[in-house]
Amino acid sequence: MNLLHGESLAVSRQGRPILTAVDISLNRGEMLGLIGPNGAGKSTLLRLLAGVIEADEGRLSLEDKPIGAITRHERARRIAYLPQLSEIAWPMSVERLVALGRVPHLDPWQHPSPRDRAIIERVIVQTDLQPFRQRAFNTLSGGEQARVALARALVTEPDILLADEPVSALDPAHQLDVMTLLSEHCQSGQSVIVVLHDLSLAAHYCHRLQLLHQGGTLAVGNAEAVLTPENLEMAYAIAMNQTPEETQSPFRLPWRRLS
Amino acid sequence: MISAITQSRLILALGLSIAFTALLSLLTGSQAIPLLQALHQSFNGGPGIYGLILTELRLPRTLVALLAGASLGLGGALMQSLLRNPLASPGLIGSASGAALGAVITLYFGLAGMFTLALPIGGIAGALLATLTVYLLAGRDAGILTLILAGVAVNAFALALVSLLLNLAPSPYAVQEIALWMLGSLANVSRNELWILLPGTLAGWLMVWRQGRTLDLLTFGEETAASMGVDLHRLRWRLFLAVALIVGSAVSVTGAIGFIGLVVPHLLRPLVGHQPSRLLIPSAMGGGLLLLTADIVVRLLPAQGEIKVGVVTSLIGAPFFLWLILQRKRDMS
Repeated sequence: MNLLHGESLAVSRQGRPILTAVDISLNRGEMLGLIGPNGAGKSTLLRLLAGVIEADEGRLSLEDKPIGAITRHERARRIAYLPQLSEIAWPMSVERLVALGRVPHLDPWQHPSPRDRAIIERVIVQTDLQPFRQRAFNTLSGGEQARVALARALVTEPDILLADEPVSALDPAHQLDVMTLLSEHCQSGQSVIVVLHDLSLAAHYCHRLQLLHQGGTLAVGNAEAVLTPENLEMAYAIAMNQTPEETQSPFRLPWRRLS
Repeated sequence: MISAITQSRLILALGLSIAFTALLSLLTGSQAIPLLQALHQSFNGGPGIYGLILTELRLPRTLVALLAGASLGLGGALMQSLLRNPLASPGLIGSASGAALGAVITLYFGLAGMFTLALPIGGIAGALLATLTVYLLAGRDAGILTLILAGVAVNAFALALVSLLLNLAPSPYAVQEIALWMLGSLANVSRNELWILLPGTLAGWLMVWRQGRTLDLLTFGEETAASMGVDLHRLRWRLFLAVALIVGSAVSVTGAIGFIGLVVPHLLRPLVGHQPSRLLIPSAMGGGLLLLTADIVVRLLPAQGEIKVGVVTSLIGAPFFLWLILQRKRDMS
């Protein structure tokens, strides 16, 4: 049984198709990378899975239960969405913003329990936010802000984390840190769908890749099956410098983390 | 948690200030009254001018100032949080101008003179109608900018209609009555006004009970809030209706009173760590405190006839708001 399963999902805006008959499936503990050129429909697909927009056509189910049969609040507890831009309206402190990630688990007047606090504490440490916890969000750098947004989503402890380009604002070291965090999230039995532009990161960290092109799926599978010269040319109009035939490991990371 | 202590301290400080100011309000007026004697008279039911002044005039006036001010402060905090804009005021979605138009219509056609409830009913109906128009104009999936623009349009239209009625008013007396009402005043408030104010105010307050966390989630933007379980349409509807009720009721009783809804949340926001849910109760208390204080100032000003309290709040509020903006500019640079 798939954790999340979507079939023939279609979305159009003002008569213009954005997604056309996309299938998607996600297993427990899996990290699925959504890749594809700008405008391919990756963010739309993610917003659809997050429940932010509705599909015009198609079926979407969570553990074989139609998504429509799941309450808004249960869905918020089980699926966390991290949008591309972390927009924060008020200069609240990092700690308070991260803590809001527990709200889907709380009743309106219920205060966070010791367990909630422990989770918040753990995530703040994991995401390296300890030094800034009292600082106002607007005083942080772009990379620090991105980590706050990620921490807010992780604190929800969702079954599925949907992350839209979570590393695009980060320096290489923090890119690796965030990808490692997402991997760890999967190792504990939870799943991640992550939109990435960096194909090396995608190939290295994701169990499977789904390549979107012009609103449809061009290829899905492991990195070797998806990142073929033909697919890359078709989707991105690029060519690899080395084809898989010329080297044994075409998907080598261009950098590694120095402690 | 340090912040929670700060918030309860803030609420305590506001509560004490309100108690002190309310006492001052009971003692302030053209007729000096000995409080103990007045209390004695009013509780023992015996006839006495002091007791009458206290229970029929000063107490209702004090309570109306607190309730109406609280509604304006709360309305401001709600709108600023909902629209994620520190410049939003409770009148932005049409509630205040709609209420003014509704009330002025009853004055223009002489309905207000025929039965007491006409003016407040007209005001609340006007507020609801204007707010509904803004909501429908903007559409179900409107962005914040569309909502604000629709609000600006409806406000402008309602105020144009008010001007038209002023223009067409049958007699100079009617013009004066409308114009004076528009200035905003608590001078003629009695128990009746208190009873008129209460139902809409309480209904509106109840509607926003427990909405604080939802407003907190809106801090992340509407899409993220939706993914965290917020039903945006319901929230908007609920807040629009609540603000129309509380601001409509307040404006119907007091006339147009500017700047409280804008300034009070602004002033208190840094004190609660900018968190929307923590801002609601202090804003309501601060709004009540500010309107009551302004009303006391009005009573103390030596003037021929009272200066209207709406004039005072705007006179103090506008420069103060400018000062806030300059502060912010300095903080930013």
